[in-house]
Parts: sequence; structure tokens; C-alpha cells
Amino acid sequence: MDNTDFFQGYKGRSLEVLKKYSVRVWGQAEMNTTRGEFKGTILPRASNDDDEHIVMKVITGYNIGIDINTIIDMKEVGYKKANYAIPEKQFPYTEGLPQVKLFGTGGTIASRLDYRTGAVIPAFSPGELYGAVPELADICNLETEKIFAVFSENMGPQQYIELAKAIGREIEKGVDGIVIGHGTDTLHHTGAALTFMCQNLPVPVVLVGSQRSSDRPSSDAALNLMHAMKTAGTSDIAEVMVCMFGPTSDEYGLLHKGTRVRKMHSSYRSTFRTIGDTPLAMVTREKVTPIKKNYHKRRNDKNVIIKPFFSDKVTMVYYYTGMKPDVIDGLVAAGYKGIVFVGTGLGHVNKEIYPAIRRAQAAGVHMYMTLQTIWGYVQMYVYDTGRDMMAMGIIPAGNMLPEVGYIKLSWALGQTDDPEEVKKLMLTPINDEITEREPYNGYLVYQGGVPEVEEFIKKVHK
Amino acid sequence: MKTQFDPYSNYLATLKKIGYVPRKEATQEDYNRIGFMSGLEVHQQLLTDKKLFCNCPAGIFHAHDDFDAEVIRHMRPTLSELGEYDGTALMEFKTKKEIVYRINNENACTYEVDDTPPFLINRQALERALQITILSKFNVVGEVHITRKQYLDGSIPTGFQRTAILGVEGEIQLKNKKVRLIQLSIEEDSCREISDIGHRRVYKTDRLGMPLIETVTYPDMVNPDEVKEACDYIRFLNRSTGLVRTGMGAGRQDVNVSCKGGTRIEIKGVAHTKWIPELTHNECFRQWALLSLREELLSRVKDPKAWKTESALLDFDAFKITHPAIKDARDNGQKLVAVRLPEFKGILSYFNQPGIMFAEEISDRLKVIACIEKPNMVHTELPQQIITSADMEIIKMILNTDEEKDAVIVFWAPEADIKTALETIEERCKMAFEGIPNETRKSFEDGTTMFERVLPGADRMYPDTDSMPIPLEGSYIGELAKTIPNDVHERLAQMIQWGIPADTYHYLLSKNLFPIIEKAIVELGVDPKKAGKLFGHELKNVEGHYEAGDDFDYTRILDLIKFCKENGYHSPLGAMMLPELYQHPNMDFNSILTVIKFKKRSKDELISQIDFLSKKFDNEAKNNTKENKAAWIMGQIRPMAVGNICLAELKSEIDNMIQ
Repeated sequence: MDNTDFFQGYKGRSLEVLKKYSVRVWGQAEMNTTRGEFKGTILPRASNDDDEHIVMKVITGYNIGIDINTIIDMKEVGYKKANYAIPEKQFPYTEGLPQVKLFGTGGTIASRLDYRTGAVIPAFSPGELYGAVPELADICNLETEKIFAVFSENMGPQQYIELAKAIGREIEKGVDGIVIGHGTDTLHHTGAALTFMCQNLPVPVVLVGSQRSSDRPSSDAALNLMHAMKTAGTSDIAEVMVCMFGPTSDEYGLLHKGTRVRKMHSSYRSTFRTIGDTPLAMVTREKVTPIKKNYHKRRNDKNVIIKPFFSDKVTMVYYYTGMKPDVIDGLVAAGYKGIVFVGTGLGHVNKEIYPAIRRAQAAGVHMYMTLQTIWGYVQMYVYDTGRDMMAMGIIPAGNMLPEVGYIKLSWALGQTDDPEEVKKLMLTPINDEITEREPYNGYLVYQGGVPEVEEFIKKVHK
Repeated sequence: MKTQFDPYSNYLATLKKIGYVPRKEATQEDYNRIGFMSGLEVHQQLLTDKKLFCNCPAGIFHAHDDFDAEVIRHMRPTLSELGEYDGTALMEFKTKKEIVYRINNENACTYEVDDTPPFLINRQALERALQITILSKFNVVGEVHITRKQYLDGSIPTGFQRTAILGVEGEIQLKNKKVRLIQLSIEEDSCREISDIGHRRVYKTDRLGMPLIETVTYPDMVNPDEVKEACDYIRFLNRSTGLVRTGMGAGRQDVNVSCKGGTRIEIKGVAHTKWIPELTHNECFRQWALLSLREELLSRVKDPKAWKTESALLDFDAFKITHPAIKDARDNGQKLVAVRLPEFKGILSYFNQPGIMFAEEISDRLKVIACIEKPNMVHTELPQQIITSADMEIIKMILNTDEEKDAVIVFWAPEADIKTALETIEERCKMAFEGIPNETRKSFEDGTTMFERVLPGADRMYPDTDSMPIPLEGSYIGELAKTIPNDVHERLAQMIQWGIPADTYHYLLSKNLFPIIEKAIVELGVDPKKAGKLFGHELKNVEGHYEAGDDFDYTRILDLIKFCKENGYHSPLGAMMLPELYQHPNMDFNSILTVIKFKKRSKDELISQIDFLSKKFDNEAKNNTKENKAAWIMGQIRPMAVGNICLAELKSEIDNMIQ
């Protein structure tokens, strides 16, 4: 029989000890050690942990580790393997509620922890979701489809294309709105990709995730999901949006355009922010309240245009002050056809790499400039360096976010090689990836400690 | 003619029926009769610079209104590994509480409100906790696994407490028995509640995340005094290390009690050990009473599963309302609801706790679960009727009440809470057929308790995926073991051997003064009895009357003893200097002597006064006996003599000279 079944996760010396005493994972063990006696159920061990310890769950529910070097004797006195299943309850159909389709891609929005192993069990079917968030049944009628199960950081071109096609199919079937459950790390990349790939949407497409996994009582998953369903089912905004917490408090969500949103904090719930503009709308369980006056309205037709293109020959170069020309030469030699620079200030790199940029231009590489400052416009006319760079073929990308620039150039090069065509695609905004103006409230990074800011955050939930 | 039902007589009759005795009169036989069993969970904050999983300072507190920001959370139940929702979880969810956290930048960061994952565990805290683990004779684990323990009341913003076991199977030795310990864990402390009114509960986050240890005993204690003794012992033990915090709120305990046929009920957050005996006594009898009540109900109702309540919405205007709470309810647009409890006559006024009848258990749950503030209901078995009997007759009629068998509750609530309130009433009544609901209870100073939450199930533990296991090498544990002081039992034995007065033990151990006294006796040669009195009586008295200076620490008293010894001063001069030293620890000792108006005098100078005073007494005394004379002379010289001469020696000098 396969050993891994009996000794899940154990390796090396700890595996030998378990075998020596014939004690299995899920076996109830009694151990005599130089530190006294221990009783409990042997648990699987996480694969990255060392081979010096055996994990057990004691009667009070806590887990402890036993140092194998202290073990004098051990025996198995019982065996009880745990089986995990999430209860399914029939998701009720309610006449008159909108029909929403939920696509699963993996990630924490729809998962729960395997208590003992620490592994993640995806909870995803409508029945499972209804069991966990029964309020969803008051918002919409739900159908779900698992398209793939990848972690957010593993989402890539292939997944964007599959998602775009799936969206096209659902719209053809006449759904009222689409929600995509997604890990949060690259939620904004997918937001941009789907904006470019699914044009002229007649219904909302809402990307949603959670910053705290749904196995936690304080998770933002349930509320985010309710907000997303509410938006998909009832909102008048037919765009690709990211729906996540507005403040870190459990109060309301914000809807951000897929092309203007960015994850701005590694762990806050309110991590997603619209950059250089206001968000599209606020959303609560009860209603969606638009903030922007102009947006693409919901329609009754099915005239979506799916453009599932993506070139894998595009890269991004985050400029740093000691950068050497060989970095650029290397990328060109590797066959990259498009480079999105993330430059300093108004969009600059140092003179030292100019020769390499010239060589890239000569090799026909499409080059665009975006900003490390995140906020503001590329402005290459102000200084000579900027003009020099434009002369070398680097095209300023306005206030397009760097990640969006990368996604868009990949999408454009997936369709054409012609520099003029590419430039036209890049600089013609599909949904505000470049905006004509930056409103005064599009840049708000307040500094703590300033009296009026302190007064504000004391009153208003952050 | 109907027999008049008197609720108060019924309360007394049921009290007698279950054999309740007040604690002062209770004997071990009484406790054996009802099967008293109790165990403890003793919490003690560790003395550390920082919190357990972040770098915020520990022990910096702030006033309720002194905060920089607020965050709101709602707790949702999560599925257990068996696919069930935990009982507490469901109840907390039913209450739909909005939890508000007040954050002060001085003592909380984004970790406390769950916006940042945990940092590595505080090694100082872990080390101190391990020292106490070794001291309590636990089997130390080989690897520490951080576990999440769910709390949905909001007391921790994540919805769970990070906690880890450091040792299992320890023991402590009480006067007459050994008590077994289940485990010792290190954990983060919870928020402090500011208020809990209606659907809004407010917490502050200053205490949240401070490291503490929890020592859990087996239910080995068989009477209330034993529970207190065990609790004191564990607390002394913790404090004897000098590694833990002292003062208000630094030590708290949960006390688990059950009676024969009863269930484990947890009395949460008992702040003083002196409350334990009364609380455990009453809780055990409460369970005993609930079991008796169950028998009564089962004899009346054939099919408990089919038992249900009936309710009706009442019109405020149809009744003469005088009760202010009901008037307020009417004026605030709330609803008035009557509930018929079939076969419950005499049940609502059943004895529950001293001065409390069963109906209070329903009222408690209306407050906690349905969020309806008290007073939230009246009923047909109140000692004094609040709704007039004429009105009650109408209500009974509306509900088709059987006068001889049923009871009626009338409650008032905002419309949105009525559904939960009705469910709560029916649920609690149905539980009465089962016996004792699993719950945690809040304690009051008078020894009674009230419902706090449903007791969480075993399913609320799961591994913390944000943390790595921490190995504890054998060599490290060996080194730590060398730093451990004598344990409390040995200290007690030593104090008894020294002849230190018994009434000082509690104070000396709880303030961890043993090491100081030991130094005074062993190194400075102070007479043990005098040392015991100086610290256990004089110092205690000073602490009760004066405010300590900022730099005061107990080792200053050793300096004081040294000073007296070097200068040939005698007791009780040291005790007289103590109040000044306590308030002004940096003042030099000679200045303190000036402040207390001490003058150095030689023995001869003092003795030379005796002759003069003796003559003066002879001239003036009305009742000239030798005893009176000696006492009077002593009284005259004493103020000058204190510290300069041993008073016993002075006394014998006087006695000799007036022969």
C-alpha cells in the first residue's frame, strides 16, 4: 500500500519513527517521552515543516508537536480518519430575482480551511455557498461554474482568455450579471484584461475576492460576495468592475473600474483603490449608489464583443538608478517584442541605458512609458531626457497604470505587429485606462498625524 | 373558589424541595449529595514589554473616550469540520451585533484589528510562559503550534484567539491534596468591553494582544473552598516567579462547575478569588434546581418535543400601563407581545439562585440573544404584579390560558427583534425539559451569575495558517529549568518553619515578597518573625494608606534594614520610617529620620530619665502601684527611645530601677 496514505506529510526521520512504532496519521497514539507522557491523534504534517517532530491533536482540540528525539515509546491505541464535507443546501430559486452567474477561479473568496491539515477546501457550489452565506438567496438566483482552480498569482494569459470566452457564452445565454471569484493579488490585472477582451458589455461583470479567508469569523468574503451579487444582479453599470471593501470596517463596498484599480496594501481589507479618479460607485447589501455620473449602461441586447488575444512576448521594466543596458539587451535577445517601462518622476530612465533602448528600437520592440509614482501623467516634453526617449521610440502612456500598460500591450500585440496599429490600440482608451483629466479628488493619500486628518479618521471609519 | 397561587411561597417551597442550604451552613455531605465538581482556568498576564504577535507596547491603557479611530466588524459563524455551525456561533449571529473597536495609536496597530497578519511570536513572552510551565511540573511540548480558538462575541476582532499549548499533565500540591493540571497555554488577551446596549457592542483594543498564560485544572475540587485554595495556589505560583503582571485585571479566572447529573458550566472572568466559593456554591445548586425543575416538567408534559408556546401581539391602548419600561416601549414605537407557556405554572417562580427565580433565565436570554435591554418582560409569577390582574385576565383570555396549568410572559421589543425574542423564549423553555443548557455565565459580586453566551463546542479549534511551528530544543528547556524559583509549596513550608505569622502568607506570596524576606532573614540576619511582621503587617498597612513613589521597589526595604543595622537602630524604627520611604523612595535614610523627628540618644541618656520620672509619678499619681508606675514611665520615655534601644531592654531597666 502507498505509504503516503498512512504517513501524510511525514518524511525522513519522523517518518522512520512512525514506521518503527507502527503508528499512522489519524491514529490515536500514546507516547512516552523524556518530557513525560502525551496522548492524542496523530495529524498530517505540512510538507515544508522539518522531519524532527510529530504533530498531534490533544483532547482539548489544541495541536502540539513532539520532538522525535525525546520519544521513548509509542503505540497506536485507536484510529479515526477524519472526513470533510461541506454541507449542501439547495440554493432556492426566487421568482423575480435577477439571474447571476458565478465563475470560480480559485482563491480565498470561496474556500474554507481543512481544520486539521491547514489545507484549503474550496466551497463553491451554489448549495455550499448558500450554506455559508444564506443571505445570497435574497439577492439573486445563482448558478455557478468552476472554470479553473488556481491561486491568484498563477492567473495568466490562458485564464484571461478562457474567462473572456466564458463571459461571452453566458451573455449569449441571457444572464443578468456575472460575478468572478478571484484571489486578490492579481485581481486588478484580470480586471484590465477582461475590460480589453470583453467590450461593449450589456451586463455587469464583477470581480470579487477576500482579504481574509472565509474560514475566519471576521472574513470580508461573505459581505464582498453579497455586494458583488447585488451589483451583478441589479446595478445599471455594465462594465468590468472590481468589488471590494471601501473602508476596512464592515460597512460598504466600492466598485472600481477594472482599468483604474490597484491593490495598495498587502493585508488591509480596503486594499483596492481607484487611482487617479473616483471609484465608480458605492455598494451595500441594499443598493448600488453611483459616484461617477458617466458609465456604460446596462442594455437588453447580447452584443458583447469578445477579443481573446494575448501575446506572451511583452515584459515590464521597473527602472532603478543603477540599471545597466544589458538588462534591456537581454530582454530583446530573449525575443520580447514589447516593453512597458515603469519610469521615475514624469517618466524617466538614465542615459546609461539609451544605447540599449536604441538597439531595442532597431529590433522593432514596442516601448511604452508608465510611472512609478502611480498617480499622475507621463510627461516627456518637459525635460530633454523625455524628448530623447521619445526620439528613441518610447511612447508615453498617459496616466495608464503600469500593470494595465503591460496587460494592454500584451493584448494589442496579440492582434497586430504594426507599430501604428499597436500605438492606436494602446492610446485609444477602452474604459478610462487613460483619462483626459484627473479630478482634484483623484489623488488622496492623507498623512496621519496632521490634526485635520486625525480628526477625520476619528469620525469616519477608515 | 380557586386557590390563590403565591409565587414567593412557591419559590421558597422549591428552594426547600431541592435542599438548598446557604454556604455558611453547607457541609461536605451537602456537596457530596449534589455532586459538587469544579475545575479552573486561571489566566495571568505575562510581564513583557510588547504584545504577543505584534510590536505594540503591552500594559499601556487608555480611557474609554481616548481613541484615534474606530473600526466596525460583524462576526459570522464559520462551518466546523463536521459541517455544523457551532452553537455559540449561531447565537452570536442571531444577535446581529455591530461590533465597534476603538483604537488608540499608542497601544494598537493594524494587527489588533486584523488588517495585518501576525508577526513572529514574542520570544520574551514565550520564554516566561515556559518558565511557569516548567514550574507547574507540566510535560513540555516539543514543538509549539499556534492554534486559533474561535470567539464570536467580538472580544477579538479576528473572531479567534491565537493560542498554543506549552505543556500538558502537570500538578500542584494543596494543603491536603494534589490537583491535576490539564494544560498550560500561552495566548493573546482580548479586548475590554466598553458597553453592550441593544445591537451595538463597543470594545477598546488596548489590552488586546497582550500575552497571557492559561492554566487549566482537572475538575478535582469537591467543595467551594477547595476551588479557591487551588486558584490562590496557582496565582501565587505564577506571581512567585516575578514574570507576570500584577494589579487590576492582570489575573482572571474562569471557573467550571457541575453537579451530579449536571453539565459543565463556565463562570467567566471572575476577578477576585474571594468570590469563588459563593459563586461555585450557588452555581452547583442552580444546576441542582434545574434538574429538579426538569423532573417537574416531565411529570406534566408527556411529549416535550411537541411542547410549544403561543403568542399574540397586544395593543398598548387596551391596557392600563403604569410600568415605566412598558410606557417607554410604547412611546418608542415598540411592540407588546404576550406568550403563553403551557404547563408552566409554578415553573417561572421555581428557585434558581438566592433571590432569583427561573423566569430570570428567560429574561437574561432576551437581553443577550434578542438584544432587548432589561427590564424586558413581566410574567404571571412575579412577586408583585406589574400588569394589573384585570389586564392579565384579558391577556390570559386572548391566549386561551388555562389558569391552573399555564404561565404567561409579556415582553416588549422593537418589531425587528420580536421573531428572535419569541424563538429565544421557546428555546429556553424547551431546554428546561432537557436540563441544563450549555452556557457560559457572568459573575456578580453577590455570588449570583447570569447567562452570558452559549458554551462553545470543541469544534472551534483549528491551526493558525499564518504561523509556523516553533521547536523547543531539549537544551533550551534544560537551561530555562535552572532559572526557576522554589515553588509555592516549598515557600509555604519555609515560612511555617520560620514561624512567620500565618495571616501574612497570602499577602507575602501574592506580592512575591518571599525572595525579599528570604534575603532579609538569611543575608541580613533579621529575626524571621519580625521580618514577617515588617512585610506582612507594616508594609501591607502602608500600601493600604499611602501612594507609592514612582521609583519604589521592595528591595529599598532591604536597604532600610541594612541602614538600621549599620547604625545600631532597633525596631520598630524601620516600620516607622516605612511610610516616608514608600512615598519618597529616593530620600536618604537620615533625611527620613529628620522628617519623622527622630533624635539619636544614647542608652545612658534614656535610662538617666527613669529616676526623675519615678519621683514625678510618686508626687502626682492617684493610684500608685508598681505596674502603673512602670507603664507610665515607659509611656513617657518610649517616643525618645524608639530605635535607640530595644524596647524590651528598656522595660526591664525600668522594672529594675523602680524596685
